[in-house]
Amino acid sequence: MSKKGRFSWYYFSSPQSFYPLAGTLQPWFAALAAVLCAVGLYISFFVAPTDAQQGESYRIIFIHVPAAWMSMFLYLVMGFWSGVGLVLNTRLSSMVATALAPTGALFTFIALWTGALWGKPTWGTWWVWDARLTSELILLFLYIGFMALQAAIDDQRRADKAGAVLALVGVINIPIIYFSVKWWSTLHQGASVSMTSAPTMAKTMLLGMLIMALGFWMYSIAATLARVRCVILERERHTDWVAAEIGGQT
Amino acid sequence: MNWGSWQNFFAMGGYGLYVWGSYAVTLIVLIAEIVALTTRRRGVIAQLAKYYAARRRNDETKT
Repeated sequence: MSKKGRFSWYYFSSPQSFYPLAGTLQPWFAALAAVLCAVGLYISFFVAPTDAQQGESYRIIFIHVPAAWMSMFLYLVMGFWSGVGLVLNTRLSSMVATALAPTGALFTFIALWTGALWGKPTWGTWWVWDARLTSELILLFLYIGFMALQAAIDDQRRADKAGAVLALVGVINIPIIYFSVKWWSTLHQGASVSMTSAPTMAKTMLLGMLIMALGFWMYSIAATLARVRCVILERERHTDWVAAEIGGQT
Repeated sequence: MNWGSWQNFFAMGGYGLYVWGSYAVTLIVLIAEIVALTTRRRGVIAQLAKYYAARRRNDETKT
């Protein structure tokens, strides 16, 4: 891909070469997301058994846990690319961080919403100010704050830098969310999946949840690629290649 | 899991409101994002086409 014909990651760090790559990859991730979610939903409703304790209300888990995982994971990815953009001054990294934020915020909202609808029949309340729920709400505010801060600063480089600092400081919230159920006594149950102990759920329940998580992951990649293409066009509009891409002449 | 009938499926053992309320809102949010992204792309392209057209006209009047 470089001049010598060798593959180079640096080649794709320029918005101009990443734009067509993102356009090629995006439909594949979208298709993967659709297939995985279809399979995941089938397992969630037609294969996984009724929960002995919670009855059918537990079926919210198949979107609640994957959405909560994505909300945290996307924030880490956003923090990573923000950091790379801040240190190396690579424009594409900052654009990717910008493109990740809205999807991350949506998954945070979904995690909170489905959590409330699960909490009502299980705990008898839509919301409690316990550590897990509160820190997840703070995550939503971090995403919104990141987007608002970037939108409020006219100078793009300054906006990227300010956003990156906010994103990096906010990363501290991720382990707080994750370990909140261990560190404090919360109404929220402990981790659904543990790396160190055997799964406590029925195998088909776990399988449905993991496939839905993969589906949400692929969806997030597809949505981010679609959004980063818009961001690239907007920010690189003064370049010849975008002018040529749109069909205008320079 | 065998539900027996659609009625049972929609009832979700009495938790229909909670289960379907979760899935419906998730679906709406994801579809809204897809629509927003499609609209944004069209908007950006239309806006840039206008911008380049104006720049071309500007260049022509100068020369």
